[in-house]
Amino acid sequence: MKMQPSKHSSVIPFWRDVRVLRVIAQVIFVIVILLFGLTLCNNLTRGLSKFTTFSFDFLNGTSSLPLSETMIQYDPHDPMYRAYIVGLLNTLRVIVVGIVLASILGLIGGVARLSSNWLISKIAAVYVEIFVDTPLLIQLYFWYIAGVLQMPRVRDAIAMPGNIFLSNRGLVVPWYDPNESFGTWLLVIGAALVVAVVAFALLGKLRAGTLVRDGRALWSPIIFLAIVVVGAIALNPFTVSIPELKGFNFEGGINLSGQYVSITLGLILYTGAFITEIVRAGIQSVSKGLNEASRALGLSYFQTLRLVTVPIALRVIIPPLTNQFLNLAKNSSLASAVAYPDLYFVSGGIYNMTGQTIPVITMMMGTYLLLSLTIAVIMNALNARFKLVER
Amino acid sequence: MGVILPHSHTHQLNMATTTDTLKPPVTSVGVIGWLHKNLFSSWLNSILTIVALWLIYNLAVGLVGFVLSANWNVVVANLRLFMIGRYTLEEAWRVEVSAAVVAFLLGASWRLWRGIMQQVGIAIGALFVVLALLPFDMNARLYLAGIVALIAIGFGCALVVRSRRLFLALWVLSPFVIAVLLAGGVAGLPAVAPDLWGGLLLTLALAVVGVGLSFPLGVLLAVGRQSDYPVIKWFSILYIEIVRGVPLITVIFAAQIILPIFLPEGMSIDRVVRAMVAFVLFTAAYLAEIVRGGLQAVGRGQGEAAKAIGLNTFQILWLIILPQALRSVIPAIVGQFISLFKDTSLVAIAGLLDLAGIANSVISQKEFLGLQNEVLVFIAAIYFVGCYAMTYASRRLEKKLGVGER
Repeated sequence: MKMQPSKHSSVIPFWRDVRVLRVIAQVIFVIVILLFGLTLCNNLTRGLSKFTTFSFDFLNGTSSLPLSETMIQYDPHDPMYRAYIVGLLNTLRVIVVGIVLASILGLIGGVARLSSNWLISKIAAVYVEIFVDTPLLIQLYFWYIAGVLQMPRVRDAIAMPGNIFLSNRGLVVPWYDPNESFGTWLLVIGAALVVAVVAFALLGKLRAGTLVRDGRALWSPIIFLAIVVVGAIALNPFTVSIPELKGFNFEGGINLSGQYVSITLGLILYTGAFITEIVRAGIQSVSKGLNEASRALGLSYFQTLRLVTVPIALRVIIPPLTNQFLNLAKNSSLASAVAYPDLYFVSGGIYNMTGQTIPVITMMMGTYLLLSLTIAVIMNALNARFKLVER
Repeated sequence: MGVILPHSHTHQLNMATTTDTLKPPVTSVGVIGWLHKNLFSSWLNSILTIVALWLIYNLAVGLVGFVLSANWNVVVANLRLFMIGRYTLEEAWRVEVSAAVVAFLLGASWRLWRGIMQQVGIAIGALFVVLALLPFDMNARLYLAGIVALIAIGFGCALVVRSRRLFLALWVLSPFVIAVLLAGGVAGLPAVAPDLWGGLLLTLALAVVGVGLSFPLGVLLAVGRQSDYPVIKWFSILYIEIVRGVPLITVIFAAQIILPIFLPEGMSIDRVVRAMVAFVLFTAAYLAEIVRGGLQAVGRGQGEAAKAIGLNTFQILWLIILPQALRSVIPAIVGQFISLFKDTSLVAIAGLLDLAGIANSVISQKEFLGLQNEVLVFIAAIYFVGCYAMTYASRRLEKKLGVGER
């Protein structure tokens, strides 16, 4: 039996129509947010009557900010935007070095945590507990106030093996300056790359269709490294510059300032502790049976590691690792606690100089947001490569 | 026993048990066995063990040397600063009463809930006993002993009044009572401006306010992010992702300089309150993501079933979805609280005198010059004990709730 809907009931009044209600609810939401924003802006414009326009013109003015550490040529007479770039570069220097070294430390820590050696595993566990359960800022104070600042003056610098000198100005280490034969060596590297690729292809073809392992993944990198190393020995493309105390300062080598060492070391040890736990969990997530099965199939230990354990562990590791990289990037803003002129430090300086509240904050937050986004995009691409292919 | 063995083997086995059994080699049992298995199983392991022992020896020598030569006067003399900062001296009893209230409730919960609360109670009780034995001045030691006594009294009260509901209500009520008591300004209590709060008091206040007040906002944002309404959804996503993409210190910085200008004329706002606003806005985004995880873990059928029996959207959320979602993310929220507890130290960069800020100013005191190690070790120990205890409790909680085992 079919019910014939009467004409009367088929027309839903608009105040009970879900589609209309949805639109109305959202319009109300927007109006509330706008009203809230307008009230704030109203107060803001009254409070900021000095600065009637929102502009970034102040960036062209003279910065007059003395910055202790610059990667590019910089002088307080330079325009403001140049100071900002100096800060950004300083931040990048911390983030890049920090991410690489923290990952290595975390990898070592994670493996140590699972070591069959009881002592090593316990040391790794204690390291994690201490560094995870105290604030990063306190650790930075420790490295800077109780560490770097208590070091002897440059004149009495502590000499460490390998021509490394430790003083309250930071760390001076030998450095390799490229000399005139460096260009030739670069050509050699290029040639080595070509040879390695050719060897890779040839080895694959030679053994194709046979059951003999071709070993190209092993031999072509060895060929590459051999050519590069022989080239380096023959051409001597670097002049080793060994630091030497001359008067009140060191000459030669490269000087890593105490501020830079404090913030980078602090970030590496702090983030490394978190990554240690991530790596441990990742390795433990690979079931024993999988490893045993692949050994039973006849894969060698390293093949098992390369083809089974690592890809599966990485799938578990990469998402939380991304978070840690993002945290490291964001935590690099604590550099001002050790007086390292990073992005936040320079932004604060620019704000103090110009009093431009909103533009400075917008610029600073926008830049950090961009940094976070870049890291997230790179890591998501990596994640897409390793993640389980779902059907 | 239950294993079926070929006949001949059974025979041999019986032979072996009747004649004198070969003892396991010395290298696989007892202390030597343990050492061999765990420390010297291969030459590589032996080298690692020796390197580790050398490392531990050096660290131990350094540590013992530091402990023996440390001058803890800098901590003892500044203890009040470390605990309550510049909180008005005549009103300091209000902080003490607040701590006493918490101790009492803790003791009661120890009796009523057992489990984690029992361990937390034991840990804090033991900590205060140890502190009371340290050479502080007599008043401080009496007070510390009093806290221990209050935990015991709370325990005793819970023996008589066995209402979990009553004590839960008291727990929920206590932060508000304590906030009013600390801030004052009502019922004849002179006001103590939050700007005067400092040290551990400020650290705890920032962390508790940060998680407590950001909770409703975080839940709203999480629900908003799941909403069918595109405008609300995109607003929530934008807020969450922007806040999560910038460092906390920039949010604190922005709050310090923008909030005063946002306010209508004639209104002023404490620097501490500004920091609290920053923490609330910041934590809300992180809590939202945690709660979203919980929301996604609740099966679709739950909401559909609720709709089918005629509940409206609000009822579905409040009665069906949220209780299940929140229960499964309790450990993650504890984790957020721990990281917030550590992150409160960032206000020191903005010039506030929390635990880290006080440490900074004590280090530069003229009469205690050169004692930075003692000061830093002391406050690091406070943070460590707090974080470690909370981490431990949250691990237990995780096990108890069975999260991750479903």
